[in-house]
Amino acid sequence: MDTQDDSSRTISQADSETQDGDVAMADATTEEAQKNSKSDVKLEDLFDDEDSDEEFSSSTTQTTSASQDPSSQAAPIKLTSKSTFSDPEIIRAFYQRLFPFRYLFQWLNHSPSPTTDFSHREFAFTLPNDAYLRYQSFPTADLLRKQCIQLLPSRFEIGPVYSTNPRDRKTLRKASAFRPIAKELVFDIDMTDYDDIRTCCTGANICHKCWSFITMAIKVVDVALREDFGFNHILWVYSGRRGAHAWVCDKRAREMDDPMRRSIAGYLELLKGGDKSGKKVNVRRPLHPHIDRSLNILKPHFTASILAEQNPWAAPEKATHLLSLLPDPVLKSALQKKWEADPTRPSVEKWADIDAVAKKGSLSKSPRELVEAKQDILLEYTYPRLDAEVSKKLNHLLKSPFVVHPGTGRVCVPIDHRRAEEFDPLDVPTVTQLLAEIDEWKGDEETEGKKVADWEKTSLKPYVEFFRAFVNGLMKEGGGMKREREEDAMEF
Amino acid sequence: MIRHDYSRVDPKRRANVNYKKRQFAKAEYAQQNYDHRLNFYILPPTAEITLEEFETWAINRLKVLSELEACSFRNRSPEETAEYMTSILNKHLPLRSNSSRSQQLQEERKKDHYSHFILRLAFSATEELRKRFSRLETALFKLRYKDDDIRERREFVNSLNLDWEEVDETEKKMFREQLNAAGGGKKGEEMEWCKVDWERVPDLVEQRRVFVRKGKAYVPQREQMSLVVAEFTRRLDEALELTSRALPRLDEDDRLSPILTHLSTSFSTPDSGFSTTDSQITGLDTITAHSIDTLSSHFPACMSNLHSTLRRDSHLKHYGRLQYTLFLKGLGLSLEECILFWRKSFKLLTDDKFAKEYKYNIRHAYGDVGGDANRRGRGYTPYSCAKLLTEPLPGPGQAHGCPYRVFNVENLTGMLQRMGVGDKEVLRGVKEDVGKQRYHVACNRVFEWSHKREIEKVRKEGSWSAADLDTIVHPNTYFKRSWLLKHLGEGNVGVDGGRMEE
Repeated sequence: MDTQDDSSRTISQADSETQDGDVAMADATTEEAQKNSKSDVKLEDLFDDEDSDEEFSSSTTQTTSASQDPSSQAAPIKLTSKSTFSDPEIIRAFYQRLFPFRYLFQWLNHSPSPTTDFSHREFAFTLPNDAYLRYQSFPTADLLRKQCIQLLPSRFEIGPVYSTNPRDRKTLRKASAFRPIAKELVFDIDMTDYDDIRTCCTGANICHKCWSFITMAIKVVDVALREDFGFNHILWVYSGRRGAHAWVCDKRAREMDDPMRRSIAGYLELLKGGDKSGKKVNVRRPLHPHIDRSLNILKPHFTASILAEQNPWAAPEKATHLLSLLPDPVLKSALQKKWEADPTRPSVEKWADIDAVAKKGSLSKSPRELVEAKQDILLEYTYPRLDAEVSKKLNHLLKSPFVVHPGTGRVCVPIDHRRAEEFDPLDVPTVTQLLAEIDEWKGDEETEGKKVADWEKTSLKPYVEFFRAFVNGLMKEGGGMKREREEDAMEF
Repeated sequence: MIRHDYSRVDPKRRANVNYKKRQFAKAEYAQQNYDHRLNFYILPPTAEITLEEFETWAINRLKVLSELEACSFRNRSPEETAEYMTSILNKHLPLRSNSSRSQQLQEERKKDHYSHFILRLAFSATEELRKRFSRLETALFKLRYKDDDIRERREFVNSLNLDWEEVDETEKKMFREQLNAAGGGKKGEEMEWCKVDWERVPDLVEQRRVFVRKGKAYVPQREQMSLVVAEFTRRLDEALELTSRALPRLDEDDRLSPILTHLSTSFSTPDSGFSTTDSQITGLDTITAHSIDTLSSHFPACMSNLHSTLRRDSHLKHYGRLQYTLFLKGLGLSLEECILFWRKSFKLLTDDKFAKEYKYNIRHAYGDVGGDANRRGRGYTPYSCAKLLTEPLPGPGQAHGCPYRVFNVENLTGMLQRMGVGDKEVLRGVKEDVGKQRYHVACNRVFEWSHKREIEKVRKEGSWSAADLDTIVHPNTYFKRSWLLKHLGEGNVGVDGGRMEE
């Protein structure tokens, strides 16, 4: 088999894939246009879409010819102050010089030589024109790299391993022969779910104060996955803006079906009910060991991050919410009176008031009930809020580690769970910064006869090394099992 | 080259070769002996029965299963279901314990055994049927397991040879606190636990009812039902898969296949409660994006909550959008108008973002895009109450689901008052219903109160039949009935062409 041949197959398939997607879109747009010609939907917008599609297909061919030889060292990138994170040049340089394809391959492949774990894995690209290209798959890391350099996706996502090659799915006689069979168990924690309790920022913004929500979440979820479910290979990844992803890569986790994924998600999920359901945490007593442990982890964070930094009950209407979470009407009215006199009293004091006022005799229920209510409140303000739907489905796609977040330019780097507190999202290198660092590199191009890779010249180095160590640990486990089998075979 | 004689079997392997036939090896078409009342249905029946028995037994079991399904649609609690099902089971599929010393014991068990296998044949053809059959058979098994004699049940469980690891004393001591906390057992109560891979008890894990450590779940004795039931479902699912593969070979039989086809088609689809006639209302002009605000006064609480959330935030999260879009589709809102409605409602979004991130989902719900099955089925059916009531609860920031189930009492009362329900009596009734988890009763109570005069009128005139005023179990029925009642005497007689729903 000729490599040249092979790569051209990949390209042409990718093209037909895009066209597939485009045909559907184009069909839709014309249909829409006909239907809507009378109504007031902006027609230009619809046609804009189509234009950009065409632009895209021509640009693909251009880039194909431009990057004939992606392995050759590219000329230094000219960074200007005007360069943005999604500049095609920047993205290309990033995939060419920095993205750790080799380790990504090993991570998904679970062994050094290519297996179907990698080649039947779905990748989905978000292209520069925002088209979304699903069901891509690659026999080797190099071909994935080539495709990235050609299509310059602003990001790509990783899906499940399928029973057959995702590219062949339409050629199968039976649709049921194409089904997802394995994927890491994934978790997604996003700051948007915390909007009703964080006071420092809103929407897409984050600061150190609100990042502590994510730190708390990582600690609680990580320990549960390790101790309760016995998983060992858990990779935490910064999502590039305001959240974190977890990839549980143990074989046992990868092979779980949907009901099992649902049950782990349910085990970890605590907050129930929408905006109007009032009290969101109502846990059974005695506390389940997992909740009890989480409570102990979260207690110090509650005092430091929530009461002091977030100050969640400073506003009067927020204080009313706090009151609504207390079970005791006598205590409630006493507190209300007290706080009405001093509405901007900081949360630390308001929290302390609850016990103080209760001690003074304004408690009509048992002290135990109050303690339990306070535990529930603590959990409502600190317990991880998972986007559970992501975890429940085997075929859910999740953004790959090490891609660049198009909005912030930050690389989705792994987070060391043992030092989760030290992770600073605002300190994560951006793609432009990294490329500048390569150019500023003053060291030798070779150490001990080995060429220094570009990522080693930058602040991405510790992250890639961490990832490499993680992947090695994972592969060792896979390899160990293989050796066992071989030994079995020897007995014959 | 050596020519292989394929018909010859290596003598060493001969014992294994006919593994499919092995279970019939001693068949001799004889009766089986049933030691236990419960049955895992592992061995297929081998004795002869008449064609008539074949059909009537199957129909009897089918009757039981569909009643059981109806119970879950009506949101009956397990106790209510058990009570309701007792008479039905006694009539169609009695199954007595060993202690009853009944003469018909073996006969009853044979019928149970055979009818199960007949229905397996009828319901293994499609994935959907298999799932439904397995769900209902599991429910039936659970029901019987619960009311089985304790001693006999233990004998049955022991006969299954499920491999469970007993938790020994040292481990019990080490995790005493955790075990008690997770199992919710009382202090000082001596209990037995067994240790299994957590994957075998996913539902107990999901509800945090067991202690989990290093991938093992510590299941208390009294939760064993969950283990047994999970095992039952697992084996049944596997067997159904195998049956479906064997099914084509049965097609040649012209006595059984007509009966089987008849059985599977008469098992009506679960999406009942919505029919296209719900979207055709005489007297109501074509609905447009602009008329939704006016019509929203006829919406049930679940939809008017979504509507007001949408108006307040100019946004709804995914499941809220889906629930609302399908409801609007059910009203007869066309796809174009629906897209327009959402476009105008999401005031804060750019056209570009809307087209990219939201339009596709709306079109998907209408079956305009998506896979072949989705297009052919014209998208999804509007959600029924049963669906809304069995979905997972919404998370922070989400507004979908049934408010009677999701809201706490204060917020529910507040919302109802905003909807114009001021009557104390009604509000108290609603509170009671919700406390008993009879959410649809609460919703119907509100409906009856707010349409009191109209309902009285049609009752008196006799223009609506009793069936037209039956309990509402679908948001779209709520709308239709509300609209018709409020527009009595405006050219519509009330109900068009008879019944409101199928």
